[in-house]
Amino acid sequence: MAEKKSIVKEFTKGIVKENPVLRLVLGTCPTLAVTTSMESAIGMGLAASAVLVCSNIVISAMRKIIPQKVRIPAYIVIIAGFVSIVQMLVKAFLPQIDEMLGVYLPLIVVNCIILGRAEAYAGKNPVLLSAVDGLGMGIGFTCALLLMSGIRELLGAGTLYGFQVLPETIPPMTIFILAPGGFFVFGILIALANALAERSGKSKAQLKGCSACPMAATCSLTGSENACKEEEK
Amino acid sequence: MKFLAILLTGILTNNYILAKFLGICPFLGVSKKLNTAAGMSAAVIFVMVLATAVTYPINVLLVKNDMAYLQTIVFILIIAALVQLVEIILKKYLVSLYNALGIYLPLITTNCAVLGVVLLNIDEGYNFVQSIVSSLGAGLGFMVAMVMFAGVRERLEGCNIPKSLEGLPITLISASLVSMSFLGFTGLVEGMFG
Repeated sequence: MAEKKSIVKEFTKGIVKENPVLRLVLGTCPTLAVTTSMESAIGMGLAASAVLVCSNIVISAMRKIIPQKVRIPAYIVIIAGFVSIVQMLVKAFLPQIDEMLGVYLPLIVVNCIILGRAEAYAGKNPVLLSAVDGLGMGIGFTCALLLMSGIRELLGAGTLYGFQVLPETIPPMTIFILAPGGFFVFGILIALANALAERSGKSKAQLKGCSACPMAATCSLTGSENACKEEEK
Repeated sequence: MKFLAILLTGILTNNYILAKFLGICPFLGVSKKLNTAAGMSAAVIFVMVLATAVTYPINVLLVKNDMAYLQTIVFILIIAALVQLVEIILKKYLVSLYNALGIYLPLITTNCAVLGVVLLNIDEGYNFVQSIVSSLGAGLGFMVAMVMFAGVRERLEGCNIPKSLEGLPITLISASLVSMSFLGFTGLVEGMFG
C-alpha cells in the first residue's frame, strides 16, 4: 500500500508541484524555441517524454553497474542513444514534425530536464519509480509547453492548433510568435506560477545557478573560487 | 564577402541566444556580473570553434560510411571529451588562460549552443572554412548578447520592481526587450550582401 501511494505521488509531483519548466526552470531552450505553435509543442513534448521515460528506465536499471566516476558520460551516451532512436522514428513517420522541430530534435540530448532527472532520481531509485517519475516529468513538460504555445499561438497568429479562433478582423500580434514574445510569455508565466505557489505557502521558482544544473556534482566549480556561488550572492 | 555575411548573420540577425534560443541556461544563470559573463562567453567561443574544427572531418567520415544517423551521439561525445581534454591541457601548459576560462569549461559540455552550432553548420551545408566562420560568428553573437544583458541586469539590481515580478520573471522580460532590439537587424545582412 505504501509503495502504491508513493508511485502516485512520484507521478503527480512532476506535473504540478515540481513542474520542470515552471517550478524548476529546466529545459528553457526548447521551451522558448518550439512554442511558436501548439503542434510543434506537442511534438517536442512527446519526443522529450519518450526519451525521458526510456533513459530513466535504463539508467535506473544500470545504476549499480555504472561506476560513480563516469556516470555523467554514461548517462549522456544512454540519452543520446534514445534521442537518435526517437529522431529516426520521427523522421520516418512524422516528417512534418521533424521539419518543424529542426535542430531542436537532436538537441533533446542536452535538455537539462533529462540529464537532471537521471542524476537526481533515476541514478538512485528503482526502475518502476524512475519510469513513473520520468512519465510525470514528461507530462509536466508537455503541459507547460502546451500552455505556453497556446498563449503564443492565440495572440501571435489568432489560431489554436492551426484552427482560426480569433475572428480574422482582429489583426494578430506577430511579435508573440517571434523571439521576444517567447521570453515575455515565459516571464509572465513564471510570475503567475510564483504567485500561485506563494499563495499556497511555497517558495518561488528561482534559477538557482549551480544547484539546478545537472553537472553540479561533477563540476569543478564547487570549489572556493566558485563562479556559481558568486552568482548566487 | 560570403564569410562576412555568415559572421554578421551569426552575431546580429540570427543571434544564437536572442533569436534561436540556444544557450539560455548560461544566459540567465551566468549573466549577473559583467566579468563572469565575458569569461563564460570567451570559453564558449573557444569551444565552439574547436568543436567545429574537430567534428567537421569526423562528419565527412560518417557521411562517407553511411552512418550519418550517428551524428547526435558522436558529436555530444566528441564535445564532452574535447572539453575535458582542453581543460587538462590548459591546466598543464597555459595556466594563465586556465585561470581565466577553466572554471567555465565544465559548464559548456551540456550547453546546447555548442551542439547546436555543430549540427546547424551541417544542416546549412557549409564547407570547412565557412563552418569555422559560422561558429566564430555564433560565439561572438553569444558574447554580445551575454555582455549586453549583463549590463542590463546590473542596472536592474537597483530598480524598484513589482513584487510579483522579482527575480526570474523580470529577467525574462528584460531579455524579451533586448531580443526585441535585435529584431531591428532583420534583413540587414540580406540588404548588405543580397
